[in-house]
Amino acid sequence: MSQRVRLGAVRSTFSPWNDPTAKPLIQFQSVTKQFSDTVAVTDLSLDIYEGEFFCLLGPSGCGKTTLMRMLAGFEQPTSGKIILGGRDLSGVPPYRRPVNMMFQSYALFPHMSVERNIAFGLRQDGMPAKEIGDRVLEMLRLVQLEPLARRYPAQLSGGQRQRVALARALAKRPKVLLLDEPLGALDKKLREETQFELMDLQNDLGTTFVVVTHDQEEAMTMADRIAVMNKGHIEQVGTPGEIYEQPQTRFIAEFVGDVNVLEGKVAGRDETGHWHVETSASQTFLTVDDPDEVLHDGQSVAIAIRPEKMIVGRHLPLSSPNLMSGEVWDIGYLGDWTVYRIRLDCGSFIRASRANVNRYVDNPISWDEGVQLSFAPDSAVILSR
Amino acid sequence: MNEMMPKPGRTHFLRMLVPAVPLLWLAVFFLLPFLIVLKISLSYYVTAQPPYAPVWDWGDISGYFSALSFENYRMLVEDSIYFSAFLTSIRIAGISTFLLLIVGFPIAHAMARAPVSWRPMLLALVILPFWTSFLIRIYAWIGILKPEGLLNQLLLFCGAISQPLDILNTETAIFIGIVYAYLPFMVLPLYATLEKLDESLIEAALDLGCPPWRAFWAITVPLSKSGIIAGSLLCFIPAVGEFVIPDLLGGSETLMIGKTLWSEFFSNRDWPLASAVAIVLLALLVIPIVIYQNSEARRLEEKP
Repeated sequence: MSQRVRLGAVRSTFSPWNDPTAKPLIQFQSVTKQFSDTVAVTDLSLDIYEGEFFCLLGPSGCGKTTLMRMLAGFEQPTSGKIILGGRDLSGVPPYRRPVNMMFQSYALFPHMSVERNIAFGLRQDGMPAKEIGDRVLEMLRLVQLEPLARRYPAQLSGGQRQRVALARALAKRPKVLLLDEPLGALDKKLREETQFELMDLQNDLGTTFVVVTHDQEEAMTMADRIAVMNKGHIEQVGTPGEIYEQPQTRFIAEFVGDVNVLEGKVAGRDETGHWHVETSASQTFLTVDDPDEVLHDGQSVAIAIRPEKMIVGRHLPLSSPNLMSGEVWDIGYLGDWTVYRIRLDCGSFIRASRANVNRYVDNPISWDEGVQLSFAPDSAVILSR
Repeated sequence: MNEMMPKPGRTHFLRMLVPAVPLLWLAVFFLLPFLIVLKISLSYYVTAQPPYAPVWDWGDISGYFSALSFENYRMLVEDSIYFSAFLTSIRIAGISTFLLLIVGFPIAHAMARAPVSWRPMLLALVILPFWTSFLIRIYAWIGILKPEGLLNQLLLFCGAISQPLDILNTETAIFIGIVYAYLPFMVLPLYATLEKLDESLIEAALDLGCPPWRAFWAITVPLSKSGIIAGSLLCFIPAVGEFVIPDLLGGSETLMIGKTLWSEFFSNRDWPLASAVAIVLLALLVIPIVIYQNSEARRLEEKP
């Protein structure tokens, strides 16, 4: 399915993960990390390719930060191996890894000026002073902070500090740049701007970026691929489109974006291969086109439909697939979208959203109105896990 | 509601009263005695009770300045015994402070990196020796350091030495005593700054290719500068004037200024000279503090 149809926005020329001959740059091989009383990462395997913008996404405590800290060398795996560019990193201390990290708190050295912060890593390598100066200037230009070279971190704004931290981490031209919640401390507007700047920067430099974030929007915007983590293991690895449109587990469907989940039982398959699912939401079977699933009759499953894929109307044509009826409970107007919260006759709630493509709507749907809902069979996915 | 509020004049008075109490305390118990000592230091020695003759009475201020005696200060400069006592004191206090830094820093560092639940207990352990009198603890060191004392017995028993070491009544014993007695004053300020040090700064240094020992010098030490200075001053200043430790552990060979001061007061009963020694000592110790404070203030002004 994913070979046949492209889901979401994917760089069409860049997909080394689909190339069986491509060698991954970073390999986690059944890595487990156990702390004294908890297991942070359980038997995790993951390949990351050169030049990728890779996001580790998950709720707090899912092990994503531990995974990144193991890559940086601050934690040692309890078992398993991490391989970087063909070299086993076991026992290699953080200061000998070709990996640099941008810390969540930025961790700028408060007693050093911006220049000296950026030069710090280069000095450790014993680079000649002239080259250090040139490289620092290049980095300052890259993050547009040349006029602030002599300031101290305490004299900078949050956004400026973030840029210094980025410049410092990039100064040594690492093979891999690790970013721990890089935009977490910025306000919403600045965060959105910086997302695109980071993407441009990564595209220009070609450095492999591994980003840890709990913000699914951030991950969706920036990443080539996302690994969604939950309770120490990876639930799914895929492009943002795959994660969003083809969630493999209920956790992913609910964690990434808004979703309506309808519980039911499998009631067979028709001649076109569509699954029939019996639910309390509709008198008839709901039809779902999800050929990848292997199900048996009577199996308990969940149907997941994104709100924007629901069709709402006062009177939908009788031929519409998957007709349900209900009553408008709430309406949320977000400007670009309007979200309807509809109470189905069976009592459960469904969210449906509609893009506001026109400024004026004649006779809009209002509170407490009876409405009908429908969705196309291929708009929904069946989740058996 | 209005009746509940104190009148503005009254609040003002109360607000002035709060800092006035400690200021008054300092004026009565520090400034006044200091002025008395200063006055004594500028007078002549006589055999009397008290053993000095005032150069002016409250009344003839006119003759005051002309009759002031700087004789005692001239004596301090001319007789090399005082100069060398000052020098010995500063040398011993300096070396002791350095040793205290070497011993105290790892302790404070380990405490600051210990699990949070351990820290109150570790702090209590550092302060624990204060539960016993300072004098008794220093006496106890005599029992440890004397030729037939515990330390020599242990070393002889282990076979590390064949002859008992002469430690008591040497400078080494003074260093041991000062380092032991002043350790909490070094550890506590260091701990206070090291505890606030963000661990991720060290990680950032490691991440940028800096091995741990270099990260210590490049990050930990500069960022704990204020604790190092505070701890060093807290140890150096009282160590210069220390009397009990050199007297009990140092024997008669080492002449420190505190001992000189004591013998001028109590053996020679030369109060004016002893007062002059005290004033010079105070000046010697106040000057570096003032210089440091000025430089700190300038640094803070420059920064933002």
